[in-house]
Amino acid sequence: MMRDQKLWAWHLIAGAVILVLLGVHMLTMHMEGVIRIQSLNPASVEHVDKDRVPQTRDQKSDEEDIHPIDWANVRARGVRTLYMASYIFLLGAALFHGLYGLRNILFELNPAVWLRKTLSALLLLLGLGLFVYGAWAAVMARAIARAWKA
Amino acid sequence: MSTKFENISYRIRRFDPERDTAPHWEEYRVPYTPGMTVLEGLWKVKELHSPTLAWRSSCRMGVCGSCGMLINGKPRLACNTQIAELSSDTVVVAPLPNFDIVRDLVPELAPMFASHQALMPYVIREDVEEREHPTNEFFQSAHELEHYLQFTYCIKCGCCMAACPTFATDALYSGPMPLGQAHRYNSDTRDGGFAARKQMLVGEPGPWRCHYAGECSRVCPKGVDPAKAIQLMKRELVFDYLGLHKTKCPANVAGKPTDGKRRDNIPEAPPHTV
Ligand code: FES
Repeated sequence: MMRDQKLWAWHLIAGAVILVLLGVHMLTMHMEGVIRIQSLNPASVEHVDKDRVPQTRDQKSDEEDIHPIDWANVRARGVRTLYMASYIFLLGAALFHGLYGLRNILFELNPAVWLRKTLSALLLLLGLGLFVYGAWAAVMARAIARAWKA
Repeated sequence: MSTKFENISYRIRRFDPERDTAPHWEEYRVPYTPGMTVLEGLWKVKELHSPTLAWRSSCRMGVCGSCGMLINGKPRLACNTQIAELSSDTVVVAPLPNFDIVRDLVPELAPMFASHQALMPYVIREDVEEREHPTNEFFQSAHELEHYLQFTYCIKCGCCMAACPTFATDALYSGPMPLGQAHRYNSDTRDGGFAARKQMLVGEPGPWRCHYAGECSRVCPKGVDPAKAIQLMKRELVFDYLGLHKTKCPANVAGKPTDGKRRDNIPEAPPHTV
């Protein structure tokens, strides 16, 4: 009977996790130019892909050319277990938060009880399937980054 | 609307289950007088045109909560709504949505009161003897009263239920009035019934389907904010799930003041009659 209380509590917890991890994502990927956090984009100048030559290169220093999605940075983050764990956490939280929200929207259409149960089961299977696939991808990405480093 | 109108149109949704298969609209003209309420106009319609027109009303002063109806698209109390404030010379009246219709403007409110009753809208205490035969008042500070005072103003008119989009679509959802009243008692320091009400609130009848449209609070004729009560209730229940809910002991019986001195000109209270 306490199913809805439990699901709602986890919905909120997942929302808080998303807030924190999406904040880290924004800091890492989109706010590089505003707040430079060395530990999030640790690649140094010598790791910069020299083939990537932006149009304004001559107006910028080498350091400014290091972009969060440069392979050196992607690899430097990817080898870290903490990053891999954060990807998996974010994936789990986003899937639960999103699919529970979708379930609430679908339930507003007032489906019959058997359809409610079927929808819940389908969404659970979808969520678990996507989570396993995404988690596998995160683990493999780390393995590839490590292999590249070696 | 200019008060120079002499007549006003009433468009009323009629339904007699013994005669009609579906509701239909009928229109009437009645004389307008400044300050006239929608309820007074309905009495005029009954008097001048249609003696069979049915609705509920009693106090005519926004207290009993029986005259809730859909007036010009918004759930309101007919006795508390002046025609002048509708800014139209046509008053469109229908029974409250989200309820079955008993007849004409009379909604079937029994399911609402069944949900209300199921959530135990009364003070629950373990000291039954004291509750039933009180020796004195239960202690409650003015600050503690503030936590739930506005929710006590609910007159159970059903306007919030008629405006709620979730109640309209989810048959298992209790709706803003019963949930607001459950929160009113849950946050009363004299009450110890949180655990008992929780049995219902943690499941489908609880506050979980509310997505905070806020319509219940917008239409409440008494200025109660049931949407707020529902969000506060969600918070209490999430805290409860996380083991953070403060289990309060119901307030104790307040001791009789010992240092007060009765003034000579104030007589003793008469003995209890009940
Ligand atoms: S008649 Fe009592 S509230 Fe309108």
